[in-house]
Amino acid sequence: MLQVYGTELRSRLFLGTSRYPSPAVLTAAVKASRAQVVTVSLRRESSGERAGQGFWSIIRELGVRVLPNTAGCHSVKEAVTTAHMAREVFNTPWIKLEVIGEDDTLQPDVFGLVEAARILTADGFEVFPYTTEDLVVADRLLAAGCRVLMPWGAPIGSGRGLNNLFGLKALRAHFPDVPLVIDAGIGVPSHAAQAMELGFDAVLLNTAVAQAADPVRMAAAFAQAI
Amino acid sequence: MKILVNGAWRETGAVDLAAALQELGYGEAVVATALNGEFVPAGARPGARLTDGDRLEVLAPMQGG
Repeated sequence: MLQVYGTELRSRLFLGTSRYPSPAVLTAAVKASRAQVVTVSLRRESSGERAGQGFWSIIRELGVRVLPNTAGCHSVKEAVTTAHMAREVFNTPWIKLEVIGEDDTLQPDVFGLVEAARILTADGFEVFPYTTEDLVVADRLLAAGCRVLMPWGAPIGSGRGLNNLFGLKALRAHFPDVPLVIDAGIGVPSHAAQAMELGFDAVLLNTAVAQAADPVRMAAAFAQAI
Repeated sequence: MKILVNGAWRETGAVDLAAALQELGYGEAVVATALNGEFVPAGARPGARLTDGDRLEVLAPMQGG
């Protein structure tokens, strides 16, 4: 059974909640995926529409664990502030830490990532850093207090699968005891199966399910692939 | 005074953040707040004084990947 920050998880699939055709499809896809962890985010709330309140009730009804992200943050300061806001709203110390360094590929700014991870860990957060497969960065993130790493397979939303097999294998070999979650770039269930074959602990994906012709069947297919 | 709420200028008579949220219509909504880029926990909102030109961010859960 997968253990992350002391929590045991039966499912090795983490699912994003973004870009589904409707809330009903989102709900059905999460159930079909059998995921126990879904990623969520924060956005500006208009007092009139209160769109966020409706979304939050849907997620709470699913009874899954939430992993809030700091998507869209380009600086350490922004990411740290967003993490604090997420901890209060979602009532969890878990944070998927994203510090974006490059707008076209949404490649992580690994320097800012390490710094933000250090600050947040010291403040009691349990950090899931969205990183590259770089070994030295991984080492620094662990030294900063991270006990899970989330290397990308390929850029977010690209669906390219595991882009750098050599780098990912090296990462797995260097850190045999650290939970490693492939985050981003997974396009089809066979990519997820490949991640498991290489010994990764779990995969996190969103677009491949949300934007599939049939998101619910695709979610079920991913559940079988892992 | 005028404060910037989620990027839009709003006129408010509220003296603190808790009162401003009520006045702006957030009521009991599940939101997190930041004032001038600094997180303000819910419990600290009554003590967070507002001044003209303050930047207030009010965030709520949304879909994410």
